[in-house]
Amino acid sequence: MPLFSFEQDPGASFGELLKRVGLSPFGEAGPTTEMLVPHATTCVALRCADGVVMAGDRRATSGNLISHREMEKVVQADQFSGVAIAGAAGPAMEMVKLFQLQIEHYEKVEGQSLSLEGKANQLSMFVRSNLPAAMQGFMVVPIFAGYDTLLQHGRLWNYDATGGRYEEHDFVATGSGMLHAGTVLRMGWKRDLTVDEGVELTARALWEASDADSATGGPDALRGIYPVIASITSNGFTRVSDAQLKITYEAIAKGVGQR
Amino acid sequence: MSMPFYVAPEQMMKDRADYARKGIARGRALVAMQYNDGIALIAENPSNTLRKISEIYDRIAFAGVGKYNEFDQLRVAGVRAADLKGYQFSRLDVDARGLANQYAQILGQTFTHEMKPLEVEILVAEVGLSPDRDQLFHIMYDGTVIDEHQFTVLGGDMEAIRGRMAERFIPGSSLQDAVKFAHQALSIGDTPISSSELEVAVLSRNSSRRCFTRLSESSITQYLI
Repeated sequence: MPLFSFEQDPGASFGELLKRVGLSPFGEAGPTTEMLVPHATTCVALRCADGVVMAGDRRATSGNLISHREMEKVVQADQFSGVAIAGAAGPAMEMVKLFQLQIEHYEKVEGQSLSLEGKANQLSMFVRSNLPAAMQGFMVVPIFAGYDTLLQHGRLWNYDATGGRYEEHDFVATGSGMLHAGTVLRMGWKRDLTVDEGVELTARALWEASDADSATGGPDALRGIYPVIASITSNGFTRVSDAQLKITYEAIAKGVGQR
Repeated sequence: MSMPFYVAPEQMMKDRADYARKGIARGRALVAMQYNDGIALIAENPSNTLRKISEIYDRIAFAGVGKYNEFDQLRVAGVRAADLKGYQFSRLDVDARGLANQYAQILGQTFTHEMKPLEVEILVAEVGLSPDRDQLFHIMYDGTVIDEHQFTVLGGDMEAIRGRMAERFIPGSSLQDAVKFAHQALSIGDTPISSSELEVAVLSRNSSRRCFTRLSESSITQYLI
C-alpha cells in the first residue's frame, strides 16, 4: 500500500501519485519520427438555458483511412461535467481516463468534489503535460463543459495544445471539422436555447462538418451509429439515446433533401 | 553493575495490546450490517465533518474507530492503493480482500516493530453482486483480520453492542430497519443517540458504478421515526 513521508506525500493529486510510484504515462520527448496513429475529430459544445450540450462524431482516422467507426469522444467526467476530445486517439483516451480518475480520486481523498473551475484547471495541466507528445504530432485538444452547481448555470472551456484554457460563453468547436461545425453553431446559436434545441443544433453542426470534412463521421444509419450527444443540467449528465438521434437525423436529412 | 534493560516479549506484546485496546475503547462505536439491498454502516460521530466512514472504491467502503489521524492516514492509503490498482489493471480487479490484507500488513508491522501500536480498528466492506458475495473484513490494531458475516461492531463497548445487535439483527431487513436496529444497539447510555450524532452511509447493491452514498441528516432523522 503506498505510504508516503510528509515531504513526499502527493496529496489529492492522482497524477503526482502516479509519478511517485513510477506509473506516470506522460514521458519525456522521445524520437522525433512521425508515426501514423488514429486521430479523433470534431467535437462541439454549447450553452443552453438549463446547462450545456456536448456532441462528438464517432470516426477515428489514420491518414486517409478510417480506423474506427464507433469511437466515443464525448465522455462523462463526473456527475456534472463531461469532456469531449479531439486529436491523437491513444493519448486522448488515456488523458480522459486519467482525468476521470483524478476527479474521483480527489473527491475520495478530500471528502468533497473539486469545483467546476478546479476541474477545468486540472484538465489544462494534463494537456500541458502532453506538450512533448504534441510536438511529435500526438496533439490532444479537449473541450470541457459542465453544470456549475455553485453558480447554477452551464460553463464551457476550450483548450489549446499548450494547455491554454479559455472559457467560452456561447459555444465551442474543436477538431478537424471545427470550422464547419463552428459556423453552424455561430449561425444557429441564440440565448436560452432549450436542451432539445441544443441537441438539434449540435447534431446539425456535426452533419455539416461531416459533409465537408473527410475526417468527420456523419450519422451511419446502415450500422445504426450516431454521434454521441449529451446534455448536462442540474439533473446531471444525460446521454441522448440513439433512437432519438435517429429521428433528429432523419428530420435533418429530409430538410437537406428539400434544399 | 547495571542490569541490562530487558522486558519479556510476552509482556511487551501484552502492554502494547492493552494500550491499543484502551485507546480504541475510549472512542465511540460503529456498526456495519447487511440489509436487503446492500451494506449499511452506522457510526456514533458527533462531528459533521470528520468522517469515520468513507468511500474507497466502486463497491468498497472504509470505516475506522479509534484515533482519527491514524485511521484517516490508512483510509487515504487505501484510496491510493485502490485507484492505482484500478488504473493499472481493471476496475474489476480491486477487491476488499486484497485491501484488507494490505491493511493487516501495515497494522501488524506497526504493532510488532514500532514503539506505539496504532490505536485503531478498521473495517473494509465490499458489497457483492449478490448478498452471499458481501464481505466485511474487520481488522484489529495488531493486524488480525476477521472475516465477519451479516454484521460487525467496532470500537466503544464492543461486546455489549455486539450482544444487542445479535438480539436485533434480522437478515434481509429494510434500510430503515437496519438503521433503527443499529441506532438501538449503539445507544447503550441512558438516552438514545440523537440523529445529529449519527453518521450513516450505505453501499447499495444495485447502483450503477459507485455504490457508496452518505445519508443526509434529514433522511437519518426520518429513518429513526
